[in-house]
Amino acid sequence: MYGYLGIDVGSVSTNMVLTGEDGTIKHSIYLRTQGKPIEMVQQGLKHMQAALPGKLKVIGVGTTGSGRHLAGVITGADIIKNEITTHAIAASNVMPGVQTILEIGGQDSKIIILRNGVVSDFAMNTVCAAGTGSFLDQQAARLNIKIEEFGPLALQATVPVRIAGRCAVFAESDMIHKQQMGYNIPDILAGLCEALVRNYLNNVGKGKEILQPVVFQGGVAANAGMKAAFEKALGHPVHVPSHYDVMGALGAAMLAREATNRKSTGFRGFEVADRDFKAGGFACDGCPNVCEVVEIMESGQVIARWGDRCGRWSNALTQQARIS
Amino acid sequence: MKVVYPHMGLMWICIKAMLEYLNVDVIVPPPSSKKTLLLGVKHAPEFACMPLKLNLGNFMEAAELGADTIVMAGGCGPCRFGYYAHVEHAILRDLGYQYELVVLEPPQKHIGDLLDKIKQITGQQSWRRVINGIRFGYHKAEAVDKLERMANYCRPRETTAGATDRALQHALQEIINVAAPEGLPAALQRAVEIMDAIPVDIHRPVLRIGLVGEIYTLLEPFANQDIERKLGSMGVEVDRSIYLSEWVNEHLFLGLAKNTRSSKLVKQKAIKYLRHFVGGHGLETVGSTVFYAEQGYDGVIQLLPFTCMPEIVAQSILPRVSAELGIPAMTLIVDEQSGEAGLVTRLEAFVDLLARRKQTEEALA
Repeated sequence: MYGYLGIDVGSVSTNMVLTGEDGTIKHSIYLRTQGKPIEMVQQGLKHMQAALPGKLKVIGVGTTGSGRHLAGVITGADIIKNEITTHAIAASNVMPGVQTILEIGGQDSKIIILRNGVVSDFAMNTVCAAGTGSFLDQQAARLNIKIEEFGPLALQATVPVRIAGRCAVFAESDMIHKQQMGYNIPDILAGLCEALVRNYLNNVGKGKEILQPVVFQGGVAANAGMKAAFEKALGHPVHVPSHYDVMGALGAAMLAREATNRKSTGFRGFEVADRDFKAGGFACDGCPNVCEVVEIMESGQVIARWGDRCGRWSNALTQQARIS
Repeated sequence: MKVVYPHMGLMWICIKAMLEYLNVDVIVPPPSSKKTLLLGVKHAPEFACMPLKLNLGNFMEAAELGADTIVMAGGCGPCRFGYYAHVEHAILRDLGYQYELVVLEPPQKHIGDLLDKIKQITGQQSWRRVINGIRFGYHKAEAVDKLERMANYCRPRETTAGATDRALQHALQEIINVAAPEGLPAALQRAVEIMDAIPVDIHRPVLRIGLVGEIYTLLEPFANQDIERKLGSMGVEVDRSIYLSEWVNEHLFLGLAKNTRSSKLVKQKAIKYLRHFVGGHGLETVGSTVFYAEQGYDGVIQLLPFTCMPEIVAQSILPRVSAELGIPAMTLIVDEQSGEAGLVTRLEAFVDLLARRKQTEEALA
């Protein structure tokens, strides 16, 4: 039995997916990154190994997300890919013919436009995190509502309250104001969802043509209130795939299958979960740029470096670990 | 008098050659770095664009090396750059620097004034020698542009990673070392041989991307986070819409040197979308995008410093150009940020988009 491993190391969550040779998901793992990407990758690998039948052999590994280079070095990935490409690959496999992908994660949100199965345009939020999962988390916590209850509650709304969605600070004070006026919680939550959707479509979706079918994925897609708000704003149905929260990892696994088509994998085995990895860093003194160079050490030996503009340190390593 | 001028990519090579040929003492500021930017950001108005901040940093670093006279180009709007020399001079004066300022205004409007300013810098040199000096600088610019073009061709095709960048440094050194016009052709010959010796795989399929946008961010690798090198290593052959010698020819020689790609052509290409001069290189950005689409390039990337008005005008027009001519275009705005992850993610995704698109097109053909 063979399988492909996909790893998505994001700012908020670290996800892993193992697919069979046919691309179906055998097992998936969702962990909070908690600012410790190396540990979480190792922990994920342990969970994954425990959940799989012993005879399964991993014949390809792909990594994605903002921690993709780190995860790639640790696991010996066959392909290291940006999250836009992996999300698009996964969505178009789950829903052939998809033309628009709305993706909202913990710290970023993006829109991907596909035409004829190929990415034709994309955009990511630039500086503002007002429309992302962290803000919803924060507001739910403030109202003392579990994030899992957020969606169902919002769906009970009868008259969604209008809330300013352009900036997280404005939105929060607006919400507090409305709450003190006596509006009920479901109406406020539904209003918040609508405000975030408005902000997303204006800020990230800026002028892009949103055609059906539309897929909504990323951690925030769990929130039924957000799905309903998107459907209301777009005027047509929005599809949330069953593995909406691990789509990046799924795409990475699919790309790993493509990348290992005619060659054997570089996967270093589940044993890396027990090895000693350390990330260190230093400021280079070669020129006034004072680049902050990151070093990944395995048992005291440097296995990868990056962060230098000129290549003085990253090119000094003879190993293959070149950063794409 | 020790003269300093701000950095803009490899421009320093040409101006240094010209001024030293005319026996002017030149101080080349240290290459723009995070320290330069830090100095600039600290003392410049927050809403100014990044070029102003880097210029300011360059002057402050050059002052430590003994520079006492600033030479800068001027301009007549709507781009704010025309005023930067004076603003920067005023800021430096407030900070206690004793700089003389010489602003070279564009010759269209102020030819007499320009000649006076040149005399002020070059002193008692004959006009004949001054002209030879300018010509020497211009020929160096042409040489540098030629080498950069060769590097952009080789980088995506090199068989050893980093070979192109190492060769380019050696080749540029040949050009830098030449002190008199007579030596330039032979030096260029040697430099070209160095570049020709880079082992390349000419059959490797590459993508072609045109870089358009604001001149400073296009020419200064520190400002654009080395975008040409990054794209090159991703297997992309890059062409810039502006090269130094072309710009000098257009703006300082009023197109006197023949056989260069002229901005007149590019402006004609823009007519369907934009009929006005909007300052800076806004018009050229639109026209060049049309030009690259017609030349069969796979995509276009627009670069601009945050708050750049002319490029914002162009940015709002590009989606229409892109849709009508079927060329994907992406806009990147640069500012103080030094984290590269965001830029690399966007570049990678854009390159993937172009590669997949090309695959499908080829499969259909």
